[in-house]
Amino acid sequence: MSALNSTPPVEIPDLEEQTMDRAKESFYTATQFQLMWLKFRRHKLAIIGMFVLALFLIAMLFAEFLAPYGSQSRDADYLFGKPQSIHFFDDDGNFRGMFVYSVISQFNIDTMQVDLVEDRSEIRPVNFFAKGEPYKMWGLIKGDLHLFHVEDAFIHLFGTDSLGRDVYSRVIFGTRTSLSIGFIGVIISFILGLAIGGVSGYFGGLIDDIVQRMIEFIRSIPTLPLWMSLAAILPKEWSPLRVYFAVTVLLGFLSWTTLARRVRGKLISMREEDFVFAARIAGSSDARIIWRHMIPAFLSYIIVDLTVSFPAMILGETTLSFIGLGLREPVVSWGVLLQASQNIKAIEQHPWLFFPAIFVVISVLAFSLVGDGMRDAADPYSH
Amino acid sequence: MAKYALRRFITMVVMLVALSLIVFVILELPPGDFAERYVHDLRQSGAQVTYGQVEYYRHMLGLDRPWPERYLNWATNIVTRFDFGWSLTYRLPVTKVIGDRIWFTIILSVVTIGASYLIAIPLGIYSAIKQYSTGDYLLTILGYLGMATPAFLFALLLLYVSTMYFGTSVGGLYSLEFQNAPWSWNKFIDLMRHIWPAVIVLGTSGAASTLRTMRATMLDEKNQLYVTVARAKGVPENKLIQKYPVRAALNPIVSTIGWELATIVSGSPITATVLSLPDIGPIFLKSLTNQDIYLSGTILLIYSCLTIVGTFVSDILLAMLDPRIRYGGIE
Repeated sequence: MSALNSTPPVEIPDLEEQTMDRAKESFYTATQFQLMWLKFRRHKLAIIGMFVLALFLIAMLFAEFLAPYGSQSRDADYLFGKPQSIHFFDDDGNFRGMFVYSVISQFNIDTMQVDLVEDRSEIRPVNFFAKGEPYKMWGLIKGDLHLFHVEDAFIHLFGTDSLGRDVYSRVIFGTRTSLSIGFIGVIISFILGLAIGGVSGYFGGLIDDIVQRMIEFIRSIPTLPLWMSLAAILPKEWSPLRVYFAVTVLLGFLSWTTLARRVRGKLISMREEDFVFAARIAGSSDARIIWRHMIPAFLSYIIVDLTVSFPAMILGETTLSFIGLGLREPVVSWGVLLQASQNIKAIEQHPWLFFPAIFVVISVLAFSLVGDGMRDAADPYSH
Repeated sequence: MAKYALRRFITMVVMLVALSLIVFVILELPPGDFAERYVHDLRQSGAQVTYGQVEYYRHMLGLDRPWPERYLNWATNIVTRFDFGWSLTYRLPVTKVIGDRIWFTIILSVVTIGASYLIAIPLGIYSAIKQYSTGDYLLTILGYLGMATPAFLFALLLLYVSTMYFGTSVGGLYSLEFQNAPWSWNKFIDLMRHIWPAVIVLGTSGAASTLRTMRATMLDEKNQLYVTVARAKGVPENKLIQKYPVRAALNPIVSTIGWELATIVSGSPITATVLSLPDIGPIFLKSLTNQDIYLSGTILLIYSCLTIVGTFVSDILLAMLDPRIRYGGIE
């Protein structure tokens, strides 16, 4: 111990100072993006949200692999089936790995109804990365590998619906639809908001006045009733896929106003900045000034606004589909799935049909948290 | 002030006129009309309908005239006789179909907005003053959850909980004896007793965002120098909070009453349908699917009116609160 103590204590603050300097140096030389990341990382809830969103993204990309069955595949012997329980120990208490019992229907002579009971005679092990129902990933790549699969029986983690379709698989496919609507809608509102807000803010004057009145006007119509009216006029004969695109475009076309306002505000405040003036003197065209000089200066704010507008899209689609004005089978989205639990009776008898709701809430929550974290990080030079 | 109010009022009227036109155009867009749908339904029920009958109905209902003419007719009748047209599904004047239900929608919206402010503003202040306390974290989590849950999910959840655990249904709004009674004070009291599930469902997301806004602006304001000065002068803490930062922080809340109302109104058709409330929401949905354009148009117009009037009110309130606004702002 004495040998350790004999080391001169003066060196310790020195070292600390050095690391401090290094930290400072890396802080001062960091790019804008690195600074943002540093700031974002401090927001713990936002990091959790980011992680959840990554999971959703994986579910969206690899739905066919993660879902054991297709969205329309039926288990005809298990209608309105409860979520199956996962077992690890058999009836004698021996550890048998992860397994399920298959379910058989039995006629109950007392209640005169068909009961679904577990067949405890045979163990059905859950195989991971096993071959199961063949599929075409994104309709392109053929495959039959699933994350988990049960041989000669079915596994329904979230139970089944009225036609015996696996709710878990359908929720996974619904994730793809619902999030993709969010993505496309956000891209549409991004382009519109940037273009219209850009023109309005950069040129000012009469154009600006007209655009601003237009935005005020659109915003004064309550969103959901307007969406409902517009969705209701989509022809009934349209194919589900066409309706899907129409609803997406609809959601995107009506939500560009917030972004347009933001872009306009930023452009107006930036129009008089020195670097814009310099670019103009150097002979840059209007388009070049907007795209090369002004937009990069406030891109981070735009990204924040886009993230924050995701939830509105997802909720919009879910609500429209839920009341039957949006998407419809065989397109599967969270809203379409929730249609099955439209009244209290359905929820009372088959509460598991409510599972998609949890996904809706979690995804919206994750987007809001990430958006909040990004809003704090968007201006890394503020303290 | 009067000049400012008048200017805002004129803007509001212009908006309403433009709105009525847009509403009419939107509802005119779909191919096919009520006559076709009606005849289709007749055929489905087994009746023999000739092609001439479609034309006959169309002519009788005035659907064969060009849309600008029909719009002008509709608009003039509204202004001169308060006649919003004829509901083709109910075979009654639109005003009759909507009738008392409109009052319910208005009462519900106003009660909801009042309740959500009454709850959210004090909680927001508390959250900001006790920043990073357990209560603050709890409120933050609740706030996020409230914003993330769509109204219809919340309504379903409430229905589920109340039927499963309390054995009563929260759907419907009046006790039996008041179901068909005309409006009276007692009926109003009875309504207030049954209105809370709808208020909770409609108000939560708005209350959640009000709470977040209130907290954020309070946090900005509470460290301002004028607050420190007041504290240094020895103003008691409670009075200080009320008089200084809260007043300033209320500003953005007041200015968004219009949007707040828009959010509530926007959610109401769905919530009303799920909770089976006797307001205009369920009729709206039905009229949309039936292409009953005068009815759905009128309701869409009512919804928009509520938000436009809300914006007007919040503009005036804001001008009263903040002199910079009524004098045209700082250049």
